[in-house]
Amino acid sequence: MTEPPHRPAPPQVGASGGSGDPSTMKVVPVRHPWRWVASAVIVVLLVMLVNTLLFSSVTRGGVRQGRFQWRVVGHYLFAPSVLRGVVVTLELTVIAMVAGVLIGIILAVMRLSPNRLLSGTAWVYIWFFRGTPVLVQLFFWYVGISYLYPRLTFGASIAVPHYTVHLPFWQSLFTVNATTLVTSFLAGALGLSLNEGAYMSEIVRAGIISVDEGQTEAAASLGMSKGLTLRRVVLPQAMRVIIPPTGNETISMLKTTSLVSVIAGVDLFQSTQNISNTNYEIVPLLTVASLWYLFFTSVMTIGQFYVERHYARGATRALPPTPLQRLRAGLRHQRVRPAPALTEVPWVAPHD
Amino acid sequence: MVEARNVHKAFGRLEVLKGIDMIVRRGQVLCLIGPSGSGKSTFLRCINHLEKIDGGQLSVDGELVGYRQQGKSLYELKDNEVCRKRAEIGMVFQRFNLFPHMSVLDNITSGPMWVKRASGGPSKDRARQLLDRVGLADKVDAYPNQLSGGQQQRVAIARALAMDPKLMLFDEPTSALDPELVGDVLDVMRSLAEDGMTMIVVTHEIGFAREVGDTVVFMDGGVVVEQGDPVQVLTDPQHERTQSFLAKVL
Repeated sequence: MTEPPHRPAPPQVGASGGSGDPSTMKVVPVRHPWRWVASAVIVVLLVMLVNTLLFSSVTRGGVRQGRFQWRVVGHYLFAPSVLRGVVVTLELTVIAMVAGVLIGIILAVMRLSPNRLLSGTAWVYIWFFRGTPVLVQLFFWYVGISYLYPRLTFGASIAVPHYTVHLPFWQSLFTVNATTLVTSFLAGALGLSLNEGAYMSEIVRAGIISVDEGQTEAAASLGMSKGLTLRRVVLPQAMRVIIPPTGNETISMLKTTSLVSVIAGVDLFQSTQNISNTNYEIVPLLTVASLWYLFFTSVMTIGQFYVERHYARGATRALPPTPLQRLRAGLRHQRVRPAPALTEVPWVAPHD
Repeated sequence: MVEARNVHKAFGRLEVLKGIDMIVRRGQVLCLIGPSGSGKSTFLRCINHLEKIDGGQLSVDGELVGYRQQGKSLYELKDNEVCRKRAEIGMVFQRFNLFPHMSVLDNITSGPMWVKRASGGPSKDRARQLLDRVGLADKVDAYPNQLSGGQQQRVAIARALAMDPKLMLFDEPTSALDPELVGDVLDVMRSLAEDGMTMIVVTHEIGFAREVGDTVVFMDGGVVVEQGDPVQVLTDPQHERTQSFLAKVL
């Protein structure tokens, strides 16, 4: 917000000073010297940052090279193994978030149920999965399962082992070796999903509680069932409360997926690590990973804006302008600005 | 249409209804008046089972509310049976309770289309007719928060009417409105009454009760204190509590 050059004066009732019409006088806006100082400091810091990022060099092992080695970064940014890692990271993020939201909705509804067993079960689930680090949970799914249940058996043989004698085909079809079934990808997806479900359930519950009780009553008085009311009346309104933290969770999940590297998952982070383990270009490959993470969090932030805007229908009278609309308005404003009409306007609000 | 015999209701240890007896006949307009906390709204909410009664008998159209009688036992109705009963009773709330994320038209068609599974075309035509009836034909595509309180309440009435209810319950429909908007809502209710709709109206609009009501019931402290012909109850109340209440509101 800079000072506008010449502003017509506000109309003043009984202005002192006698001579002259106040509307023709020159208006001197308030000066803000400290803003200029702060701006100057930031500009200097920015110049230093750009310089060190792009133009500075350093001697490593007797060789003069660019500090951040952007050429190396560029060389590996789209390397096939890095791109495979990117795909794994995105897959894990999508799977964990979709499963997490579904688990979260189910748990939230369970927790709000008048049935003590249902709400208690949900409470214990959340207690367990929020109470242990997700890193530990990932290890548990990867190593713990095959240790505790070396042979996973599905179907009738679990409940009634006796029948498996009579149904050998059934048994052979559904009994698998745990180590072959629980790959690092599956363990990662499972661990992240179950953990995310616990967090999402609290977010969904907050959303459901935020919807006015009158809405449920109005739906009930029209003869709507509880399920229909939840689906068509409560959840769409709860979305306004649910979406911002869910966007947060998604961005957080994108980065949390890097934990699967400890259970031998080759995600984005691990794929860059694999490369730097052989060529020792550690920092450039960390930069590669960071650039990819930044790119996807930026895309998600934009996506979140539009999803929030969609669910704001009916809750705000005027939807916030999209960046494109803001840009257009800005351009129009620029063109209008020098118009001479200003002198005829008695007072223009400072935020015009 | 509605028959209450010795209806009791308590919230925890607080007894809200202490034995209500009431009969509403088909086509009748019954106005419930009384000080706040007298149990009027609670009784109204019991009629479509938004609240469960603790004692006595309450029936709509000859069928018990919330229960099925079989031999000597009462079976509690399943959720979907309760829903089916509620679908036949329209209700209008003090705070409108329109669905804010849906347009006016979608609000009105929500009941017929989602609950009765009626098809879209006829439901929308009917919704437009109802909007026309409440004087809001031009607000089809508006969202509730773009409407005034009076307009929202008229949409809420149209939404309830879209289910073709045999009984309409009004829970202080004008209490949340600015004074100059009350008239429009009361006009809609008056025309409904003239068309022969059975209505139970909890209201503080004594003028409306006198003019439109067939019966006025004065409740206080969870009991019916006095009931009868509106003109008689409102101009010549027999009971002391009715007299003091009317002296304050008139």
